[in-house]
Amino acid sequence: MKRKEVRISDLLFHNFLRGLACLVIALFLTLFVFLFASAQPTFLARGWSFFFESTWSPTKEIFSVLAFVYGTMVSSFLALFFAVPISVGSALFLTQICPKQLKRPIRTLIELLAAIPSVVYGLWGIFVLAPFIKNYIQPFLSVHTESLPFFQGPPFGLGLFTAAIILAIMIIPTITTISIEVFSSIPQLYHEGAKALGATDWEAMRMAVLAPGFSGVFAAVILGLGRAMGETMAVTMVIGNRADISPSLFSPAATMASVIANEYAEAGSNLHSASLAAVGLTLLLISMVVNLAARIIIRRARRNA
Amino acid sequence: MMKYTQRKIKNNFMKFLLFFLTLFAVIPLAIIFFHVIRSGFGALNYSFLTSLPAPIGQPGGGIANALIGSFTMIALASLISIPVGIFGGTFLSEYPQGKLSSSFSFVVDLMTSIPSIVIGLYIYAMIVVPMKGFSAYAGALALALLMFPIVVKSTEEILKLLPQNIREAGLALGIPRWRVILSIVLKGSIPSLTTGVLLSIARISGETAPLLLTAFGNQYWADGLNQPTASLTVQIYNYAISPYQEWHQQAWAGAFILLMTVFIFNLIARGILVKSQKDSR
Repeated sequence: MKRKEVRISDLLFHNFLRGLACLVIALFLTLFVFLFASAQPTFLARGWSFFFESTWSPTKEIFSVLAFVYGTMVSSFLALFFAVPISVGSALFLTQICPKQLKRPIRTLIELLAAIPSVVYGLWGIFVLAPFIKNYIQPFLSVHTESLPFFQGPPFGLGLFTAAIILAIMIIPTITTISIEVFSSIPQLYHEGAKALGATDWEAMRMAVLAPGFSGVFAAVILGLGRAMGETMAVTMVIGNRADISPSLFSPAATMASVIANEYAEAGSNLHSASLAAVGLTLLLISMVVNLAARIIIRRARRNA
Repeated sequence: MMKYTQRKIKNNFMKFLLFFLTLFAVIPLAIIFFHVIRSGFGALNYSFLTSLPAPIGQPGGGIANALIGSFTMIALASLISIPVGIFGGTFLSEYPQGKLSSSFSFVVDLMTSIPSIVIGLYIYAMIVVPMKGFSAYAGALALALLMFPIVVKSTEEILKLLPQNIREAGLALGIPRWRVILSIVLKGSIPSLTTGVLLSIARISGETAPLLLTAFGNQYWADGLNQPTASLTVQIYNYAISPYQEWHQQAWAGAFILLMTVFIFNLIARGILVKSQKDSR
């Protein structure tokens, strides 16, 4: 080939890739356009009260998002409460204590948890976990904590608590794998230094692994939070789907994602489906902010390391 | 300062605690597997795989249309997202300088964080409403959108691992850069690229939420790609939340098939990865 032809063909290829990238970026921007356009009737009809009230009543045509924000937040944070100790603990165990031959198999097993489809989690939640919680966990907790409102109420089995446990199982692999990466990138020298000063294994882990890895683990936790907030099917199947804000963790609730999955097919009126799109837009914005925050923290942590 | 024995006790206690926490991370996998196999395997038989769903109240029936529907939509989505995703990843790894590259990377990162139900809403507004109906096309597009960022990211990571001197050697021989990228960089990475692609296929095979709003589901065979189409995952969902015992069993059987498919994809993908790492050593 002549030199000029080479230059032209290279230019063509580069511009082809650039065009593709531009197309994808444009497509991404239309996401907001379409969602906002479908949600517009609700914003016109409800204004700001869509965001700051909690009534969701398709029969009275009053729609607002707050009850679902509550459901999403409580179920996700409760999931973190269960998942964080387990994930960070197993990441510590796998990087610091575990014998070498066992490392890979255990890690693979944890990663396979992420491969289970969410509808299978949901199915298992309905028929195995929910009855277990209804028959054993809730009676136990409500008897032993009578003065607290969190564990009271009729035992349905389906509710925030069940959803949170399923979510916790689903985000364990996310937090664990990122934490493992964070811990393995910390220089071995810190650990050796701590040991040389006479620290026990645990003290060395605390000072020379957990402390320097804190911001990375924090970012992993926030990524897990983002995943929990966007999770749809498993939650829809076990949360009970009621747009209520109730202090009891065992009461049925609904999340932003679950109300869309649950009501979209039967949304009768125009305003109803527009409101579901508005809920979707709210969910999209919240999960993007959460994910961006995690990415910024990770980038900072990398720069400091 | 604590006494030495106290510190030692604490040390042992914490080590045990960490061990138990790891156990807690692994146990759910075993429990879920156990239940899916126990409740799903028994409900499996030949006619379940080859017949249409039975009407409410009648025994028997199967998921043939759902299997074919899922397969069609996943294949269509792969057809779009694998080539486009690989080119996108190539762009990020081979032309990383410049504003466009960094904004593209940023957008792909944001795309991975879109909840899948929101993708369903988007395709509903963009495709289902103008076409006046649910369709396999809409379902496939929703899956393609979910798959695309995964393929881009895995391609980028794989190509960035390739030593720079392979590219330089090609360029030094006078081969144009695009040929170097296509015939040396991409072609040499086919095994690991396959791993990424298989993992992304496994990932979208389990998606339910976006299909609910785009392909919807169908109790019969779809008359074409522009008709509402059944899928394995939506079928499992509908059967699971139904009040009929018979359908619950079918949901478990469907879940068994889905879980096995996804795991086989995962294991093959990991196998290829391990083998290619061994070969290159």
